[in-house]
Amino acid sequence: MDKKSIQNLTRGLIKENPTFVMLLGMCPTLGVTTSAINGLGMGIATLFVLILSNIAISTVKSFTPEKVRIPCYIVIIATFVTVVELVMSAYLPKLYAALGIFIPLIVVNCIILGRAEAFASKNGIFQSFLDAVGMGLGFTLSLTTLGLVREILGAGSAFGWNFAGTEANTMLLFIMPPGAFLALAGLIILFNKYIKRSSD
Amino acid sequence: MSEAQKNKTVSSSLPAMILSLTGVAVISAAILGGVYQLTKEPIQKAKNAMELAAIKEVLPGDFDNDPYADRITRTQKDGRNVIELYPARRGKEVKGIAVKSYTNKAFGGHMEVIVGFYLDGTINNFKIIEQKETPGLGTKVNEEKFSGQFKGANPAHEGFKVRQDGGEIDAVTAATISSRAVIDAIKRAHKAYRKFNAGK
Repeated sequence: MDKKSIQNLTRGLIKENPTFVMLLGMCPTLGVTTSAINGLGMGIATLFVLILSNIAISTVKSFTPEKVRIPCYIVIIATFVTVVELVMSAYLPKLYAALGIFIPLIVVNCIILGRAEAFASKNGIFQSFLDAVGMGLGFTLSLTTLGLVREILGAGSAFGWNFAGTEANTMLLFIMPPGAFLALAGLIILFNKYIKRSSD
Repeated sequence: MSEAQKNKTVSSSLPAMILSLTGVAVISAAILGGVYQLTKEPIQKAKNAMELAAIKEVLPGDFDNDPYADRITRTQKDGRNVIELYPARRGKEVKGIAVKSYTNKAFGGHMEVIVGFYLDGTINNFKIIEQKETPGLGTKVNEEKFSGQFKGANPAHEGFKVRQDGGEIDAVTAATISSRAVIDAIKRAHKAYRKFNAGK
């Protein structure tokens, strides 16, 4: 793989991490990350939609007139989201029960439209695929980390494994919406101070 | 967008815009139709399997009929909501009954519950089969700590309320509305059960 491809693939992980650096897609980020599993599931669903939509948009980019490109992208993205929703409820009913109400939110997740507009509409199919994989993985890792932190502090468990006991007094605040903001802020500070700086 | 890139795309003339947007919409509709047809059956199967497992789990004692096949459907006065009764029999003797009930007072609106009753009206167990509660908070009504309180309880009893309302049931911390909703759905199930018992 040449240098440009590797750059496109890894950009989403740290340097332009969608959650901690670009602060994109805050609605699902804050909404679903009440547990590590939920964050992981949402991340993988988004990764999947992002790959499909980046490939499709990069394919149709030369047929879509500039003035109607956004409606075209939204139709394509909404189609893939609905496909993911149907497939998930058919073959992964347990995960669907936990994430079902958040899946339609992927349509308005600005990471997907953002990558369509900023990358897939200007680059080839393979490079768009790499960009989607990188961005999707970056989003998945961030959401899982945020979910894990909130779950440990708020519920006393990690990936559903309860280590604090059912009677423990955990910081319920972290499961609730205000805790999402606090945990996210803390992680953004740590990420930018230690991880991003060391990679620059 | 730079000049060079602009030249690559189709011009934004009206026919071109109509044609490309229609094309994208038609292809999307075809994909969605196909996936819907493919997943229709598995989705129904997954839902039935979940309900069947819930019925088996909440029904007391041993029975030899198929409660699902012997179900009785009662459409509510509003004409939309449905309560289903699943009698468990051994030979001709009724051993217990599972009731699928609902509430619209949950935090996420609609919630569906399957409750298993003994013949005297006390609860054996219940299972929530459809809900939109806050993950990690309202969804805790499924956990033993809360649901265990219902075993052997009788909804006809005066104390069948959460403690905040002067009853004897401890609501899930920070999820009183979800807890009240479960009780509301169970009370509705109990009413349907009593009608069934009286009409026999």
